[in-house]
Amino acid sequence: MIRFNNVSKSYGDVQAVSDISFEVKEHELFGLIGPDGAGKTTLLRMLVSLLLPDFGSISLAGCNVVGNYRKVRSLVGYMPGRFSLYQDLSVEENLSFFASVFGSSIAENYHLIEPIYKQIEPFRKRRAGKLSGGMKQKLALSCALIHKPVVLVLDEPTTGVDAVSRHEFWDMLDNLKKAGITIIVSTPYMDEASRCDRVALIQQGCILSIDTPGSIVQTHGKQHWNIKARERYKLITDLEAWEQTASVYPFGQYLHLKLKSGGAGRNEIIAYLKRNNHEQIEACEGTPGIEDVFIDLMTENDKKQIEA
Amino acid sequence: MMGNGKVIEVKNLVKKFGNFVANDHLTFDVHRGEIFGFLGANGAGKTTAMRILCGLSKPTSGEITVNGFDVYRQSEAIKRTIGYMSQKFSLYEDMTVAENMRFYAGIYKLPRSKRLKKEAELRDKLHMPEIMNKLVGSLPLGWKQKLAFSIALIHDPGIVFLDEPTGGVDPITRRQFWKLIYEASANGITVFVTTHYMDEAEYCDRVTIMVDGRIEALDTPAQLMQTYGASSMNDVFLTLARKAKKAVG
Amino acid sequence: MNRFWGFIRKEFYHIFRDARTLIIILGIPVSQLLLFGYVVNTEVKDVKLAVYDQSKDDVTTRIINKLTSSGYFELVKNLDSDNDIEAIFKKGKIKEVLVFEPDFAEKLEREGSADIQLLADATDPNVARMVAMYTQNIINSFLKQEQPLATVPMQVNASIKMYYNEQLRSVFLFVPGLMALIMMLVSALMSSISITREKELGTMEVLLVSPLKPIHIIIGKVIPYLLIAFVDSLLIILMGNLVFNMPVNGSLLLLMGECFLFIFLSLSLGILISTVAPTQLIAMFMSMIGLMLPTLLLSGFVFPIESMPEVLQWFSAIMPARWFNEIVKNIMLKGVGFMYVWKQTFILLAMSVFIVFVSVRKFKIRLM
Repeated sequence: MIRFNNVSKSYGDVQAVSDISFEVKEHELFGLIGPDGAGKTTLLRMLVSLLLPDFGSISLAGCNVVGNYRKVRSLVGYMPGRFSLYQDLSVEENLSFFASVFGSSIAENYHLIEPIYKQIEPFRKRRAGKLSGGMKQKLALSCALIHKPVVLVLDEPTTGVDAVSRHEFWDMLDNLKKAGITIIVSTPYMDEASRCDRVALIQQGCILSIDTPGSIVQTHGKQHWNIKARERYKLITDLEAWEQTASVYPFGQYLHLKLKSGGAGRNEIIAYLKRNNHEQIEACEGTPGIEDVFIDLMTENDKKQIEA
Repeated sequence: MMGNGKVIEVKNLVKKFGNFVANDHLTFDVHRGEIFGFLGANGAGKTTAMRILCGLSKPTSGEITVNGFDVYRQSEAIKRTIGYMSQKFSLYEDMTVAENMRFYAGIYKLPRSKRLKKEAELRDKLHMPEIMNKLVGSLPLGWKQKLAFSIALIHDPGIVFLDEPTGGVDPITRRQFWKLIYEASANGITVFVTTHYMDEAEYCDRVTIMVDGRIEALDTPAQLMQTYGASSMNDVFLTLARKAKKAVG
Repeated sequence: MNRFWGFIRKEFYHIFRDARTLIIILGIPVSQLLLFGYVVNTEVKDVKLAVYDQSKDDVTTRIINKLTSSGYFELVKNLDSDNDIEAIFKKGKIKEVLVFEPDFAEKLEREGSADIQLLADATDPNVARMVAMYTQNIINSFLKQEQPLATVPMQVNASIKMYYNEQLRSVFLFVPGLMALIMMLVSALMSSISITREKELGTMEVLLVSPLKPIHIIIGKVIPYLLIAFVDSLLIILMGNLVFNMPVNGSLLLLMGECFLFIFLSLSLGILISTVAPTQLIAMFMSMIGLMLPTLLLSGFVFPIESMPEVLQWFSAIMPARWFNEIVKNIMLKGVGFMYVWKQTFILLAMSVFIVFVSVRKFKIRLM
């Protein structure tokens, strides 16, 4: 459905996207996951034909997005980073405006947006500027859907939205996917990766890995130890100083400790910490998550770049 | 580590805007050196409560002291003894790191010797000696974040307030930032964090979850997860927020 | 077509829901007209006059009487020495001092000429010039009355002549200039701001990705402001007529047509600005400094074009407002028909075509 072929884009000296290739299949919910400045927005803007790639080509439903941008624009429903709504127009006015822009009407595709729009319909007379983050998000999604696009392109739709709304939003995307829409969505939140069929982890304009979230963890995940003790800061500095440590990072209440290969076991860890006067020590094996993988891949990538 | 000193004491804090109750009888204490998380959805009343604790706005009623100072009468003293860092960092992008530090040192009337010491500390922390003469606007997000945190601590405040500090940075930078927070806490500085990112909550010593202006839960993350039978703070929050929704709807 | 009406309806929502926009498009024309009409006034009336009469004879007394009875001058002080002159100017109230040489009447009779020195406070050069000219005219007419053959050489050289506005009602001069200024404000400034606002808001991204063509977006943005600016121009003409008795001597239809052309030109300037400016703030600065200020200073609205240095006269020629000014003055005051303004009209038309062409070409279908 969507193909990126060796796409590069730079702004002046800054290389925003370097030589990226990937494919999104039909009816897939595809996630671009990476921190701010990784190149997510640039990729999506090139996809919807708002930016031209410096090198490479992009196609959507068989159309080249540069040459055939009119066709592409009629197939795409796009929701930019900030919810681009007219703050001084009411919920209903926003929706009917965006419908009319695409030569459609609310009634025509109401069935498509109904499950989403119904939740904000009680406030349809309210100005968009007065809505909560979650409601703005739903309205913006309705506006992007109102012309029945084939591909839905969402740039950080869950940024600045509370946990409940985020959860509901992913449920909505699931339903849209079932309705046959191909969705490509970007997010800085690693924990949202599990909601996608496939994800690309991006960092500094490069794809670190691309696969189903499960396979990414399976392929790249390394064992680590969850460590906890009373004095957390001392625990970090002591473990960082230990010759057995490969890496140590705080993850919520625990530290994720990775040891050098062929290294120590649980007893040695505890012994080392006891030597350093730690109390209330906990140490157990942990299962890696997508964020652990991201950190590992980032570190590897940095090393590669330094070597190159 | 905690000691037993309470640096923030809040009893029955109420803040109303007209008929709207933004904070509904909040009661909690924060101990010295604690990392205290203040969680809630947008509009749950986090920012309102934090503004009151920073001496920026007056509560409608309730007894509140910060660093032993009363929020009604001693807001100036409070401001002198707290640090504040917002999501927007409050740094001047068109000034160098050193100029930013000098400016904020000036605001808090820091003597020159102390300022130089702080500059040296920052240089060490960032492992970049030449950073002082770089324009803040040219720095990566993660460095700006560390710089903003250092500046919030420039006058050695007893408490530092962080308003949604770590959105959008990469996972490594984010952890480096939490390491700074742990360090501050180990040095006896109390850290008060507001956020609506639930995974952030798991880094805190204790967490308050606010829903619709009220405190729905206050405990350590481990205890909260146990109480609500959840595997993450996100699930704890979802459970609480849904319960509240049902109660209203 | 449905697409198009939806767009225009949306623009009107924006305009009518924003108090600031409403104030700019309706409040400013009215307040500016009243302000310029009543307050910023270069009319000569009750000018404070001092006289140093070294002759004190029958003729000088009669000249002074003639001046004060004209209604334009008010005699405030009789001075006794040269030294008083500077002092009295410094106080600031006196705008003109008249000095008669000793034995004025006698000299006039004997030699056929006598000297009057006319000193004006030139801190406000426009007022000073006008005051001097008035004095000169009154004295000349007095002398013609008295002795038709005598000439009085004077040290004041004023060569300005006023046609079509004998009473020098300054509001008559301001209305055309003000119309140009307000059309610029409403059309260029507001339309450029409204387009850049969509850029800032991010909605422009969505519009660009929609099937709307750039020309649709431009026209949709332009039409509401075209209508509003047109209403404003009617408002100004109407108020000029009702409040200040400003006549429309020529064809009203022609005048409206010319207004329409000028508004269209201003709007295309606004769109040109919006294609370059990334934010509302920059769009505002560009329209203020690039359009409003030159319109104010170089169009002949405040300063006469004839008295500008040649370089500035050249600049003035590329100011649309300058030509519009001429057209409006010609139609309203002289009452002439299209045959007398076709040249200016053609210039405006050519400018519009050029700018529309450039801005449609520059209007981007992408973000960068």
